Formats: sequence, C-alpha cells, structure tokens
Amino acid sequence: MNEFFAEYPLVFTMATTLAKIVLFTHIGLILAAYMPWVERKVSAWMQDRVGPNRVGYAGLGQPIADALKFIFKEDPVPGHVDKVLFTLAPALTVIPAILVLAVVPFAPAVSLFGQTAQMAIADLSVGILFVFAFSSLAVYGITLAGWASNSKYPLIGGVRSAAQMVSYELCLGLSVVGVFMAAQTLRLTDIVELQVDGYWNMFTQPIGFLVFVIAAFAETNRLPFDLPEAETELVAGYHTEYGSMKFAMFFAGEYMAMFVFSCLVAVLFMGGWDVPFMSNESFAALGNWGAALGFVAFLTKVLLFLFFYVWVRFTIPRFKFDQLMHLGWKVLIPLSLLNILWAGLWNMPS
Amino acid sequence: MAKVVDRRKLNFWEELYLPAIASGMKRTFAQMFKPAITLQYPEQRPEIFDDYRGAPGLVRDQDGREKCVSCQLCEYICPPRAIVIVPGEAPDQPDYDYSEIEKAPKEFYIDMLRCIYCGYCEEICPEQAIFMTDLYELNAGSRQELVHDKAKLYDVGGLRVDAIQKWKDKNASPGSEERKNVPPSGNPGDGAH
Repeated sequence: MNEFFAEYPLVFTMATTLAKIVLFTHIGLILAAYMPWVERKVSAWMQDRVGPNRVGYAGLGQPIADALKFIFKEDPVPGHVDKVLFTLAPALTVIPAILVLAVVPFAPAVSLFGQTAQMAIADLSVGILFVFAFSSLAVYGITLAGWASNSKYPLIGGVRSAAQMVSYELCLGLSVVGVFMAAQTLRLTDIVELQVDGYWNMFTQPIGFLVFVIAAFAETNRLPFDLPEAETELVAGYHTEYGSMKFAMFFAGEYMAMFVFSCLVAVLFMGGWDVPFMSNESFAALGNWGAALGFVAFLTKVLLFLFFYVWVRFTIPRFKFDQLMHLGWKVLIPLSLLNILWAGLWNMPS
Repeated sequence: MAKVVDRRKLNFWEELYLPAIASGMKRTFAQMFKPAITLQYPEQRPEIFDDYRGAPGLVRDQDGREKCVSCQLCEYICPPRAIVIVPGEAPDQPDYDYSEIEKAPKEFYIDMLRCIYCGYCEEICPEQAIFMTDLYELNAGSRQELVHDKAKLYDVGGLRVDAIQKWKDKNASPGSEERKNVPPSGNPGDGAH
C-alpha cells in the first residue's frame, strides 16, 4: 500500500479528498438537521418549558420526523411566481454554505500509508478570499426568493436582506483584515497553526473578534438581525410563498450558514483545533491521535459557538431597520478600521 | 399641547449596550437550569374545580330516574340557542313516588358547536336535571357527532345523588298515605278545609 501510494500520490490525494468531502459535508448536514432540535430544546429550557420530547428519546427523532414531513408534503408553486427563479432560489442559499466548508481545516494533518493529508477538503492559499466570495453569494438566494415570489412581504424581506448583507459583508471583511495582517497569509491552516503556537486571535484582537461575531449574526440572518424573515411584521419574509422541501432548503441553508460561520469563528479567532497549552510539536508528537484530539477540540468550539447563536437568539430582541443600518455603517465599520490599526501596531516589527 | 419627555443621557457604558446584553445573557442562561412548569397534557391533567363549566349533561337521580321534566326553561334561556327539546309524556308508573310528574323529554339535543358554556341552563333548571360537567375534551369526526342527543347527554351527566330529596322525605312523613289516596281529579288542598 505504502509503495503504491508513494508511486501514485495522485490516487492518494483523490481518495482522501473524496473521503473528506463525504465526511465533512455530512458533519455539516447532520449538524444542520439537529440544530433546530437544539434550538427548540435550549429555547424551551430558557423559557421554563420542556421542548420536543415525543419522537424518540428526548425528542431526538424530531428532525427525522420533520424531514419526512417536508418530503411527503405537497410542493405547491403559486401561480403568480417566476417559476425558474422561484425554484432556483432555495438551492442558491444552501450551495454557497456547503461550498465554504471546502476550505475549513477541521484537524491537524493526518498521516496515512506514509502520506500526509491536510484535514481541509481544499487547503487553498486564498482561503479567506474563497470564503468571502462564496458566503456573499448566499444573499442572491434570499433576494431572488423575495423577487421571484412576486408578492409584498417576500419582496420587502428580500430587499432588506440585500441591504443588510451588503452592509455587514463590509465589516465582516474588514474585521478579518487584522487576522491576516497578523498571520501574513490567507491560508486557513497556517492561520490556525500560528494561533496554536501563539495566542488566539480573539485575545490579541478583541475588537475584530467582536465585529466578526456581530457581522456573522447579520450574515446568517439570525436574531437579532433576522429582518429578512421578521415573522412578526413580514409573515415569514422571503420564504412566505414557499412550502414543503423548498422551505426546508431555506431552513437547511440557514443552519448550514450558522455551522459554517461557527467554523470560521473557531478557525480565525478561537485557534481552530488548538487545545490550550498545546503546541504544534505536541500535536505532531501525538501523531494521528493528535489529529483526533484536534478534531474533537475544533468540534467542541464549533458546538459552543452554535449554542451561543441560540443563546443570543432567545436573549436579544430584533433591531429596527434604521438601528441595523446605524450599527452596521456608523459603529462596526469604524470599529473594524480601528482593529486594523490595532493589528498593525501589535504586529509592528520592532 | 405637546409634552416634552426628558430622556436621561446615557453614560458611556450604557451607550455601548454590551454590559446590558451581557446581563441579559446571564439572565437567560440562569433560566435554563430552572425546572419546567409545563403540564404534559395527555398524561398529566389540569386540576378541575368543582364549579368548572364543562360540557352540559343531563343527570339521573339516585333511583336511576331521569329528572328532566321537559319544562323547556333551559331551551328558553340558552343564549346561543344550542338546546332543542322535544317534550313527551312521562312513562306511566302509578306505584312510583314520582307519579305526579307528567312530562319527560322525548328528545333532548344540545349542539356543542353552539354551546358557549355559560351555565345558564344549570342555573335555571327547577329540577336540577342539567349540570355543567368537568368534560372539556370534545372532538368528533363530523359536525353531526357534536350535536349531543339524549343518550349522549345522560352518558355525560351520569348519576347524581340529590343533596335535598324532597319527595323522599314527603313520602316518609306521616299522612303521606292519605295524600296518595286523594282522587286525581280533586285539588289536594281541598281536603284540609
């Protein structure tokens, strides 16, 4: 086996890449399926309720029951919609979220059969750029859904989504500038490795971390920034006209985006697979067990941040639209510029 | 006249909002560990009070007789006109204590889709024959099933032992035998003169 892969490293790369694609996208999809359960449970606890407890143990079968319900429901397409865009829009919200997973490093490199495999599906040298290129595509799905629905509330939701995502994309990008100024690379694996040996970026750049977290909430349309949905004012916002599996796609897209942004926060600011008091050497010394440890540490951080998403949702009420714009343009952008200045001073060669 | 409301100027930390958000998060987190107050409905039932106004039902007395004399007062008082009574003659049982009763309902319908559970029927009933029960789960496959007929209403009401059994006492009291033997055509009061 070792000799075979040594002679044909391309076969090894293809096999591992395929395995990584299957593994990582399924981690994402399963988490996206179980996040609604977590959300309902946590919200129930916060409101002195019990939450789902009928299907399976502690209601754990609920996501499967919901998925079956969505699949077997009639899939209505209202007569007044633009059929092509209406059908395309749900896919456009899910696909960018899944694509961004491609560059997320889940664990330290694994050695198999005398070869090394990076634990990111594609360890691009322009990782962060790839992330922003694709995560900002998600706005098309929502805006097109609002437009194609050809009715009032979805359109308002879509327009709000466009305004909100464009505004917050800016401070999201600017807040990361500090990170790659410190790392001097855009490769996400390198950014993590630098944090493993040094300090986590959330401690060296607290302002950038804060801005990134707030912008991540806005980018995923989560409360307190869920203005495109805003069920109290816009019925259901951009997905008012959707039903059955198309609606489920928007749902999955939202939770996938939450998962992806949780991964990004972990990678960019919380040291990725780092465990406190471990260095790159100690990870390497443990070999593949080090990779497993790193994987568990990374998933723990992601799950904690996903819990944080839910926690914030059931604490802070929704912003008004003018407050949203005020916060985005007049507060977060100056703050992220300040963070760039701070990162420059911190990393100044002495 | 416009009233000017003085807004307090926020200090630096208040304007940041972050401490306020943090305290809110602390509050919701602490709330997670408090016990749930949810009632698991089909398994656990809420406590029903004695004077709860559930579905109305007709009752039989301690001897298993129907008490309703078909006076139709409940039909008259019913605000949403949910009650329909078809009066009929009471079964002839001369050796029975209640032989004075002449009427009984032939049919008795309460449309539970119209009923507003006001309890007027129970209040107005001179014979204490209709009661609001503690039944609050009404469901059916059709609208017709929710029009309760006489059999269903007796099923709902069941048996009720009267607190005051005026006829029973009367029959046990001295002189009751003579009263019974007064010819039906005469006024029972006439004999006293």
